[in-house]
Amino acid sequence: MKYIRIFSLAILAMLAFQSCDDDESTGGPIVEVAPDVSGTYVLADQMGRPAINTVFVSADNKNDFNTTVPSQQAAKYGEAFGDRLRALSPTFSTDDDKNLLGLNATDFGNTLATDVLTVSLDGLTTFASADLSTVLTGRQLTDDVITTELTLIFGGETGGEVPTLSDDNVDANDKAFLTTFPYLAAPF
Amino acid sequence: MKKFKLSFQIGALFVFGMILLAADHIDAPAVEGTSSDITDFYAFQGDSDKIVFVANTQGLLSPMATGDATFDEDVMIEFNISTDGDATEELVIQAIPRDGKMYFFGPTAATGNTGTSGTVQATADFTSVDITPYGDAAVIGNNDNGIKVFAGPRDDPFFMDFARYGEIIGGMATSFNDPGADTFAGTNVMSVVIEVPKSLIGGTGSINTWVETKKK
Repeated sequence: MKYIRIFSLAILAMLAFQSCDDDESTGGPIVEVAPDVSGTYVLADQMGRPAINTVFVSADNKNDFNTTVPSQQAAKYGEAFGDRLRALSPTFSTDDDKNLLGLNATDFGNTLATDVLTVSLDGLTTFASADLSTVLTGRQLTDDVITTELTLIFGGETGGEVPTLSDDNVDANDKAFLTTFPYLAAPF
Repeated sequence: MKKFKLSFQIGALFVFGMILLAADHIDAPAVEGTSSDITDFYAFQGDSDKIVFVANTQGLLSPMATGDATFDEDVMIEFNISTDGDATEELVIQAIPRDGKMYFFGPTAATGNTGTSGTVQATADFTSVDITPYGDAAVIGNNDNGIKVFAGPRDDPFFMDFARYGEIIGGMATSFNDPGADTFAGTNVMSVVIEVPKSLIGGTGSINTWVETKKK
């Protein structure tokens, strides 16, 4: 009797281990189940390019800008962005005045108002390379985006028209980035 | 020499009364300082066949405050990707925390999520990771698609002399200092980072991308 019971248990054990092996052979432990994430979620904040809302949108409009989807931002804010560029920078006094990208205040304002980041899937991804030969193909952690934007606002056609306003002279993070995922440095 | 008027002394328009900070640090009065407050967004090539998306939230965390910072379970961080060159997304990646883990759904079709409200695509493939506690080594999640994910506190990667910028805009200074001082030095943010194979987000060409927070 005892031997039959042990034998049955042994068979059951073998079967149990068999099914465990099957799970492992399909790629790992039991498939994880998604938690309950039901509900309606409403837009609270958004961002494409750095500092755009901060610099270009008046205090009264910041919340509205943040809750306007990008495809509708230019229609609502393009003109205001152009006006802000003209008011902010002496290098945009006429419609013929352009920046390094060859854009006048109206066109630059319209471009910036649609607040998205363009990212290349084919090569160098950078907000601006050191010699400015590649611009707006992404944003790396090391990119000095503020100096790039200041140059495009205050630098005029050559980028060097108002040097004292085109560079904040902070060109690197206070901690080195990681060379592997997750790339951002550990917290202080 | 061209002499120009300090047109930024048209002060009232340009006094960004809100003392503090930038990038998108301090640009969202309605959600400022909360877990819906996006401070920064990065997108760059990681490995040659992958793109890394970074969303930082809750800026200006001092080291002491970082230990208490958390991700809000009612807030979804959504990366939006347009693969056809316009400003309407075809794909989304949605990150939302539950019980100490961050779940990244997607990349998946953005159907129904292209407006100002939406839902989490709970039936999409997801990659999960334990949220890294403050002080621990970064915990990394993976899935079979080659996606890597991280969620937790990080040093704020943003650098700018924002204090000086405010003085210039406010008419109290006429130029940046050299050298400048990084207003964000020594501060932390709460980050989500995801590295995705390019094949999952269009493969070739370029994308337009932006990040949103949506709150339940």
